[in-house]
Amino acid sequence: MRRKLPVILFVASLILIVVGIRLGEFKAALEKAITICLNCIGIG
Amino acid sequence: MAYQKRRRWFQIGSALGFNSYLPAWLKGQIFQGSIKGACIPVLNCYSCPSAIGACPIGSLQNSLGSIRFNLSVAQHQFGLYVLGILGVVGSLIGRIPCGWLCPFGFIQELFYKISTPKLQIPKFLSYFRYVVLALMVILLPLLIVDEFGYGETWFCKWICPAGTLEAGIPLVALNSGIRGQIGFMFSWKMGILVLFIAWMIFSQRPFCRTTCPLGAIFGLFNKASLFQMVVDDEKCIECNKCYRDCPVKVKVYETPNSADCIRCLKCIESCLYGAVNYEFLRKKPLPAPAEK
Repeated sequence: MRRKLPVILFVASLILIVVGIRLGEFKAALEKAITICLNCIGIG
Repeated sequence: MAYQKRRRWFQIGSALGFNSYLPAWLKGQIFQGSIKGACIPVLNCYSCPSAIGACPIGSLQNSLGSIRFNLSVAQHQFGLYVLGILGVVGSLIGRIPCGWLCPFGFIQELFYKISTPKLQIPKFLSYFRYVVLALMVILLPLLIVDEFGYGETWFCKWICPAGTLEAGIPLVALNSGIRGQIGFMFSWKMGILVLFIAWMIFSQRPFCRTTCPLGAIFGLFNKASLFQMVVDDEKCIECNKCYRDCPVKVKVYETPNSADCIRCLKCIESCLYGAVNYEFLRKKPLPAPAEK
């Protein structure tokens, strides 16, 4: 099991990416990333 | 020295590559291309003018902070995409991005080169990064929301010195509209940045070892990644040279895949007996090129 754990985690993570993109999360991440984050720069 | 020279070029290349949109500096704006939705595996603020990718920690906080609003409008978005990116990188290579790619890690190594007396970091402080991860990145964005149901990016707002250095200072310098809005928060973040810069001069990788939530996440994968550090017990005499040379003070022969290890591979070059090596996909590398 321990030897297979990295592979299981890798495959599970790939599935999460695909599901997340299909739910529109890439677009949501993009919308945040192209907006100046006032919190990040110490303004908000 | 073969790995360290190669590693330095990787660090320079990734710092320039992840921040390669130079026209933004002329406009005092940030890159807004569609690839910016892609999370890059390092702590690189997406409000840096030339950043071409999204910071995974910023994206994770935004995703978690939006969950309650999303549920209220029947939108099922839970941050799976960001978690998946972290999982893919972690399960493949663990904390290698910390040692080989992260621009802020690179900056810490440069400041450490300044000749001063050096200070060790107490081991117990390394657990603080898990507190930062659990509290500032996960719980507070999830639990404390505004009237619309949105949570804030608590780590970005109150702590992240990478954001101050890479985004805050450039945008305040370049954009007069932003410059007119600075107040207490900017001073607070500048204070945090100055404290960390001072610490970087005296100690190795203090932010990575004590505070970085991304390092905390990737470190959890060190024991469960396809890339593994290995120690040959028959060759190792526990002379502690690897420990003395390790930038994050890991006793490699005891815990070769410690969550603290940034996988810089300095221990491989440091070991006089060839006891330390790495495996990827359970295959050992060819012997490192001899030092010229």
